[in-house]
Amino acid sequence: MEWMQILAVVAGIMMLFVLWPAYKHWSANSPKAEAGDWQAVLLPLAAVVGLVVLLIMSVR
Amino acid sequence: MNRYENVIAQSGSQAVSSNKVLKNTYMLLSATLGFSALTAVASMAIGVPPIAYLISVIAAMVLGIFVLPRTANSSSGLGVIFLITGLLGFGLGSVLSMYLALPNGPQVIATAFAGTGIIFLGLSGYALTSKRDFSFMGGFLFAGMMVVVLAMIGNIFLQLPALSLAVSAGIILLMSGFILFDTSRIIRGGETNYIMATYGLYLSVFNIFISLLNILGIMGGDE
Repeated sequence: MEWMQILAVVAGIMMLFVLWPAYKHWSANSPKAEAGDWQAVLLPLAAVVGLVVLLIMSVR
Repeated sequence: MNRYENVIAQSGSQAVSSNKVLKNTYMLLSATLGFSALTAVASMAIGVPPIAYLISVIAAMVLGIFVLPRTANSSSGLGVIFLITGLLGFGLGSVLSMYLALPNGPQVIATAFAGTGIIFLGLSGYALTSKRDFSFMGGFLFAGMMVVVLAMIGNIFLQLPALSLAVSAGIILLMSGFILFDTSRIIRGGETNYIMATYGLYLSVFNIFISLLNILGIMGGDE
């Protein structure tokens, strides 16, 4: 259905308009990452990836 | 009272205020998730068509962008957040009906539900116990979201299953980051409005669930 695609594209563009000021605000005002900060994020994200892989294996 | 006692008293009162926001956020999050489940069941019982999902998401997005920020500081904000989450739950019902029609649909839904719960509880627990400031991720998370939205728009025309999987995987990782980011902001007093805090966490949970459903639906199928 073409009009559904158009609706979805409009929703996506609307989201971009909302995300842009938030991106500008946070990229200008975020504190700089200190040593060990990114490792502290990557550890739980790696656990999330591992969990998703386990879930995929459980439904196959 | 000397300067040090002042500092201790100020940080003590900030901690009490943050705990209150956190408690209210989790209570409202539980209530809104329960309400979404109710509207999802209602929508499945009525048998709404799949287009209801797109319409509900757009309506919830409009309310979240234009109405919620203006009402979040008043009691009407509670009504708006229940309206948004109810709408998203209603739209979700039509998606769940489609998955239930698949041979392994009930298993996919149950697995996605359990996975979402584990991810949310695990990441929230991690952010609460580590007490780290994750606000440094702000620019990265919003940039990542814009890339994912652009990929989603592209895939509306391209219809590539591999890109759909990549987008869902990206959303799960970004929303996981947002859970850490939002929770640390609540703990550190960066977010003092529990309605807005609930909205952020609810969207992360909702998006993780939808993306997990998509990944498990594609990877769990025989075709």
